[in-house]
Amino acid sequence: MKSALGGAQDIVLRLSGITKRFGALTANDAISFDLHRGEVIALLGENGAGKTTLMNILFGQYTADAGGVEVFGAPLPPGNPRAALAAGLGMVHQHFTLADNLTVLENIQLGTRPLWRAGLGQAAARVKLAGLAADFGLVVNPDALVGSLTVGARQRVEILKALYRDARILILDEPTAVLTPQDSDALFDTLRRAVATGLSIIFISHKMHEVMALSSRVLVLRHGRLVGDVATATTDRARLAAMMVGAEVAAPKVAPAMPGPAVLTLRDVSTRTIGAAPGLQGVQLALRAGQITGLAGVSGNGQAALSDLISGLVEPQSGVMEPAITPWSPRAAVAAGIARIPEDRHKTGTIADFSLTENAILETYTGAPYSHRGLMNWRAAEAQTRHLIATYDVRCPGPNGPIRQLSGGNMQKLILGRVLDQSPRIILANQPVRGLDIGAIAYVHGRLLAARDAGAAVLLISEDLDEIMGLSDVVHVMSEGRLSPEFGRGQMTAAQLGLWMAGQGFDHAA
Amino acid sequence: MRLEPIANPGLARSLGFPAAALLATVFIASALAGLAGANPLATLGLILKGAAGSKFALLETLNRATPLIFTGLAIAVAFRAKLWNIGAEAQLYAGAVVTVILGTSALSGMGGFAVPFVALGALVAGALVLLGPVMLKTRLGVDEVVTTLLLNFIMLLLVSYLLEGPMKDPAGMGWPKSAPLDRALRLPRIVEGLRLHWGFGLALIAAAAVWFVQKRTTLGYEMRAVGLNPQAARFAGIPVNVVLVKTALLSGGLAALAGFSEVAGLKGHLSLDLSPGFGYTGIIVAMLALLHPLGVVITAIFVAGIFVGADSMSRAADVPTYIADMLLATALLLMVLAIGLTKFRVVRG
Repeated sequence: MKSALGGAQDIVLRLSGITKRFGALTANDAISFDLHRGEVIALLGENGAGKTTLMNILFGQYTADAGGVEVFGAPLPPGNPRAALAAGLGMVHQHFTLADNLTVLENIQLGTRPLWRAGLGQAAARVKLAGLAADFGLVVNPDALVGSLTVGARQRVEILKALYRDARILILDEPTAVLTPQDSDALFDTLRRAVATGLSIIFISHKMHEVMALSSRVLVLRHGRLVGDVATATTDRARLAAMMVGAEVAAPKVAPAMPGPAVLTLRDVSTRTIGAAPGLQGVQLALRAGQITGLAGVSGNGQAALSDLISGLVEPQSGVMEPAITPWSPRAAVAAGIARIPEDRHKTGTIADFSLTENAILETYTGAPYSHRGLMNWRAAEAQTRHLIATYDVRCPGPNGPIRQLSGGNMQKLILGRVLDQSPRIILANQPVRGLDIGAIAYVHGRLLAARDAGAAVLLISEDLDEIMGLSDVVHVMSEGRLSPEFGRGQMTAAQLGLWMAGQGFDHAA
Repeated sequence: MRLEPIANPGLARSLGFPAAALLATVFIASALAGLAGANPLATLGLILKGAAGSKFALLETLNRATPLIFTGLAIAVAFRAKLWNIGAEAQLYAGAVVTVILGTSALSGMGGFAVPFVALGALVAGALVLLGPVMLKTRLGVDEVVTTLLLNFIMLLLVSYLLEGPMKDPAGMGWPKSAPLDRALRLPRIVEGLRLHWGFGLALIAAAAVWFVQKRTTLGYEMRAVGLNPQAARFAGIPVNVVLVKTALLSGGLAALAGFSEVAGLKGHLSLDLSPGFGYTGIIVAMLALLHPLGVVITAIFVAGIFVGADSMSRAADVPTYIADMLLATALLLMVLAIGLTKFRVVRG
């Protein structure tokens, strides 16, 4: 299973000099590497480092400007996803590509049967699927509707789908982003079995411990270039992180909090279930001034309901929130001193075609100085935007360009400025650093800590346990709409929190 | 083949493609005229001459543009907020009906002073016609494309009933038309002896007012926010449904002014041929103007010129007037394509 032992005949995939430019941006700059039989390569890099572009070229979704791909010694025709599949490449996307209203078996067969062939061939498919499930430890009921499966099971279906098409090279794009630690361990077990049978794997991730645990070789991408190619056994997390960002990263030093009185209290609050997302179920929560409360959990377990509640979008069905928002609206929430950093900065946080100025006053435009008797004062709005740009270090061409031209980090800095400039008492930060590069992450975290030290109560919602454990003074875990008791800093290990995330412990607590 | 968005289309791109679309439209129109057995260049020349070749022709074009400016503005306002009002035709007729009712009532005793009240009444009527569909949309999620479109037919049948029944002109020799408006309530001519009336002036004022509302008022800011991203607007605290209702009232009112201006300025009475589809043509006008209120004035005059010019060309060259419809349809489709090409680049692979 160790890399680079075999000769050239062991090479299953060879990338030579892959280059891809988007306008002035070079997303991939002359990237070359070989993948050997039975090898696990971890592809590491910040967001925007070029990982996804490279995989899209491999799968024929993009055509490279220069360079070529060879699979099992034969050149892969560029820009042809079908050829990539036929050559034995299988991809498991971060966001699943399954049809919820079909069964597992139907999903797996989808696209494998010619249109003009009569019959579904389900009997043969069933046998093949059972064999694969047994070989790789992928337990899933072939007749279950995909819509009824858990996230972990859906991922097993994705992997089975690739294996069913006789993939010899598996590419997984951040496969653990949506999994509990326990589900992740099961996934790793499956992948180790796959490698043992001679499959090769490329594994894209940001999470260092997974990279260290699973891979035999690590490739590091930075700004589109391959800056590191090392055997996992000869390196460590600090060195990999340094390669990713190009400098040693200092872990944030968090001074102890000076918690004040509770400024927002939930007593036995439940909310309606909307669609597949669970509502809150009898949640007890106290957010204290001068303290960061972390909320851990796998996404889709009620975090959205809690965030909508505090944002003023959804009223409690039962129970009491103190202070209540009256009327229960986003505008009243803002007026009550609640700063809201939404989960999706592109869809909810900003209006892409609006200028920075128009986005900066989205929550405050109704009052002075931005509007008076129904007329806008754009001069005042632009002055405020210039102030935010300077204070929050937003790198942009100017206040009047559309915000969609900004990088995610600069967009988030403008949102931070928009809400923090109101000196809020309560800050709701929902996935505040998702998709940001390390520099922007440090900036956002620094701002949240500064707001905490200035006396704000911060609720930090994140799927990244490292972020939660690093930043929070107290931690809750959410699972299926239920909230765990409060744990102090360092009281729980990641594994223990993982058990709560999987839903264990709630029955005893309740 | 895929489409890649272009972050910053240059000037050449933003002007070049629309210009090419216009050129292609002219080319296709020439080919059609050729197919009809006429000399293509001469046909186009006749259309141009018929639309703008004389003072009379030009004023006639502006006359025809007047209702199109109103309906174009109505559509532009609504579409900007992603409220798909396809019912400008119904709102136009509602405005026309109320104009006749008020214009033949006791109000006419006030003379010219009553004109603003008649206009206001028409505006309110059009606003109310769109209120129903927008309430159904915001309360129950009913698609406004369907409700506004179907209301057009309901309104036409209602007008037909009114003209055959309660509103029928007793002195009309049995024709289905209403009694004429009091002379004092008619909009005066801008140029004595020619048909151009002050409805055109009102339309220009309306365009400037809409531009001001969108650019400088909080309501305009809210309408644009709701149109571009309702989810973000709602999250930020903009009352999306309230904004949609206000947009509907404004849009319906503008379309109704087209009916008011046609009755009070041009025809003097209401009949079923008051609008040859001004409500639908307003969609083309608004789309060609990229929903810009001042652009609507220009495209309305352009579209009206094609109709007026084709009418006059048809008499001279014996080419059917349908060529005007073909021209407009071609211009619209090519313009939509051109606008797409200014925003996206086609990439192979």
